[in-house]
Amino acid sequence: MSNFFEKTDLSRKEAENIISDTLQKCDDGELYLENSKSESILLDDDKIKNSSYNSDLGFGFRAISDEIVAYSHSNEISKNSLKQSSENLKSTLKSSKGTYNHLIPKSNKKYYENINPIEQKSLNEKIKILNDVNKYLRSKDDNVKQVTANFLGEQKSIEIIRSGGETLSDIRPLIRFNVSVMLEKNGRKETGIYGVGGRQSYDSYLKDDNWKNVCDEALRIASVNLESKPAPAGEMKVVLGPGWPAILIHEAVGHGLEGDFNRKKTSAFHNLMGQKVASEGVTIIDDGTIDNKRGSLTIDDEGTPTEKTVLIENGILKNFMQDRLNARLMNTRSTGSGRRENFRHIVLPRMRNTMMLSGKQTQDEMIKSVDKGIFAVSFGGGQVDITSGKFVFNCTEAYEIVNGKIGSPIKGATLVGDGPSILKEVSMVGNDMMLDPGIGTCGKAGQGVPVGVAQPSILINKMTVGGTKL
Amino acid sequence: MVKDQEFLTQKASYCLDLAKKLGATDSNVVVNNSVSETVNFRNKKLDESNRSDNLGIKITTFIGKKKSSISSSNLLNENLNILIEKCVETTKNTPEDEFNSLPDKDLLAKKIKDLDLYDDTHIENDQKIDYLKRLETSASYDKKIINTESSFTQNKSNFILANSEGFCNGYKTSSFTTSCVAVAKDEKSMERDYEYSSKCFLKDVNDAEELGKLAADQTIRKLSPKKIGSEKIVIIFDKRIAKGILSTFASAISSSAISRGTSFLKDKVNQKIFSDKINIFDKPDMLKGLGSRNFDSEGVESNTLKLVNQGILKHYLIDTYNGKKLNLKSNGRCGGTSNLYFENGNISYKDLLNSNSKSLYITETIGHGSNIVTGDYSVGAAGFLVENGELRYPINEITIAGNFKDMFQNITLANDLEFKFATNSPTMMIDGMVVAGK
Repeated sequence: MSNFFEKTDLSRKEAENIISDTLQKCDDGELYLENSKSESILLDDDKIKNSSYNSDLGFGFRAISDEIVAYSHSNEISKNSLKQSSENLKSTLKSSKGTYNHLIPKSNKKYYENINPIEQKSLNEKIKILNDVNKYLRSKDDNVKQVTANFLGEQKSIEIIRSGGETLSDIRPLIRFNVSVMLEKNGRKETGIYGVGGRQSYDSYLKDDNWKNVCDEALRIASVNLESKPAPAGEMKVVLGPGWPAILIHEAVGHGLEGDFNRKKTSAFHNLMGQKVASEGVTIIDDGTIDNKRGSLTIDDEGTPTEKTVLIENGILKNFMQDRLNARLMNTRSTGSGRRENFRHIVLPRMRNTMMLSGKQTQDEMIKSVDKGIFAVSFGGGQVDITSGKFVFNCTEAYEIVNGKIGSPIKGATLVGDGPSILKEVSMVGNDMMLDPGIGTCGKAGQGVPVGVAQPSILINKMTVGGTKL
Repeated sequence: MVKDQEFLTQKASYCLDLAKKLGATDSNVVVNNSVSETVNFRNKKLDESNRSDNLGIKITTFIGKKKSSISSSNLLNENLNILIEKCVETTKNTPEDEFNSLPDKDLLAKKIKDLDLYDDTHIENDQKIDYLKRLETSASYDKKIINTESSFTQNKSNFILANSEGFCNGYKTSSFTTSCVAVAKDEKSMERDYEYSSKCFLKDVNDAEELGKLAADQTIRKLSPKKIGSEKIVIIFDKRIAKGILSTFASAISSSAISRGTSFLKDKVNQKIFSDKINIFDKPDMLKGLGSRNFDSEGVESNTLKLVNQGILKHYLIDTYNGKKLNLKSNGRCGGTSNLYFENGNISYKDLLNSNSKSLYITETIGHGSNIVTGDYSVGAAGFLVENGELRYPINEITIAGNFKDMFQNITLANDLEFKFATNSPTMMIDGMVVAGK
């Protein structure tokens, strides 16, 4: 564990006094301390292009009065710096008349181990694997023109000190291993990307030459795309494959169920609590408690233990995801969803691992039921407009469906739809729920946080596919 | 207050000296500090205040052709000692790359011009609050506006870039940014839009009432959108979308994409990639320019480049590493473009809207649909149907698609260029794209 006050002119006791003094007339707030170490090793264009290491240290001091948040952060953990931040918060909240809420739930459960993944594998071993990836892919297919592979590892230690001196802490490991391969054939270039990761050591994901499976998958996607033809344009049925395509649920529905947008009534879902927002059979949860998953957290960034939050149960909207601020203003409790990218950012209610649970149908039944449509297996980026509810997705692997059979691969298809109505268009839910491989990062208000998604295959009755073939 | 040059320079030389002592043959360091103060408003009330004090250092060490780097926000010497030692150790263990090196000494910037990028004025939070009150009052003039959020940020930054070849330069910059997001509602729909302004000098910041009114008007006109059918139609991109197409062009001519062979514009220098009338400039020395700079992130002098002349691509954006790989000299574009813009076309905005009996005016795109490997473009979009020069009704939930290779050849530009961002374009019309709707 990091001792944040070692080698500073500030003792823990002095810090606690400044915190309690600053927050005495506030409703909530805390000092958040963070020390993170991260590495990135990149192979690109036949060479180790980059090996870098980052060490980041700082604090963020937050005071909340009613709806107003005052925040100040700095890299310098010192008496002067904390006092300056305190003055800053006090000047914003000069007329504050709140009562500090000391209540914070406790739990002893942990969802990952206190390890530093960076130290668990030597630089030479990592470089060797990256070079092996490059050789393996280039020898496997003559059309391979470019290989990029990288390791990203991180250990983040956090400590939260609340008014009165209550302290909560967590140590979070996180790794990612990615492979991208570009093929060129008859003047045409296509890329395939795949990766794995989560809150364990590199070896947990790469042992027994598992890196070869990652390479094979990236190569398979690129090869499929090399044979792809232009995507159709217009409204049609869409079958989504299991696992990573759930990122569509994350964008289309998940963001609209975050507490802040609903308190501010800017979400298309804000007045739909208790109402039917999805087809029967659709259940969506947001779960921070799955062991070692990328989106899991032992405690959130306000110190609240995470949980499994039911968002939509059998089609009915049950809960929003809440941090402490939005929960208080909406007269409910935090769901342990208060997250921030790092100490430079304020806390926002965010997703963890967002999952649609399995139903009864098979993927086969879905495909067979479609006369004309597309089968989307993997997506690149997506984005949503919370207010209008409209969202888009770019398919990175998709096929046309003709008369109940999977046909040719199609390229560059964009799916566009409406968040609040998309779940009502779900007409079949598969029995094959799968977690994504651990590669997702969600962006909101300029903050990126690691997340996970999961879903079974689903059939959506009607979506707009944006291709070039009319 | 933001740290002064002396503090940053002293940290930089400490690192360079230590790296040399520990065995680095070359090294490069950048030290920066930025202090920003933001006030956020929501529905005419204070919502958030945020003060941010960011220190950072990034050190790259070379041992011959081996290279590695570290970065940190902890600038205490005892931490730097540990990190630099680690960096030099990692460098020793990283394989050689023949193209690794510091920039050629004769390309480094010698003279530092004063580009008028720093305003010492400080605006107190109370003054920001007053500005935002006026802004939101103006934005709430219509009862269809049900929510407003706005913010005012003052940012002051300073940096020093130094390397073991003796380069050591840096300067202060400032920015004052205001923005307003409005949400409007009617029986059928809820929509959101925004307006934004960023300036180097406080006195140049846009008028609060004007900015608020514009955000509100742009939101209200989006209410009750319709879907349209799938068809080939002339597309007109609003300036805020057109500049994104210019940014995609810039990433496709970056020397890293070219040297890796992952750009659809590889080997296109001296070829015609746009129609005759298109000229593109990247001009680093604009006074008060949002993208202005004296040198790039390696210290190489950045001069004005005419990237595209009468439709012909003349330059890639070259840094030292990829330049060596391509056998080209760096043109001071490590880290990308500076003030990038299309030269004005010769038709007015009004005439552009009038040039077809029916077209689609796009004000918003969503999704990450630009593929610079293939040139494929496909994004979700919203905007307006234009008939006989007038915006008839709002359009939503459509996608537009094409390939940049064709799109670039079919661009017509209006003559309404403004320098609102670092990358700017006049209103842009493109013929021959496909819209997918119902």
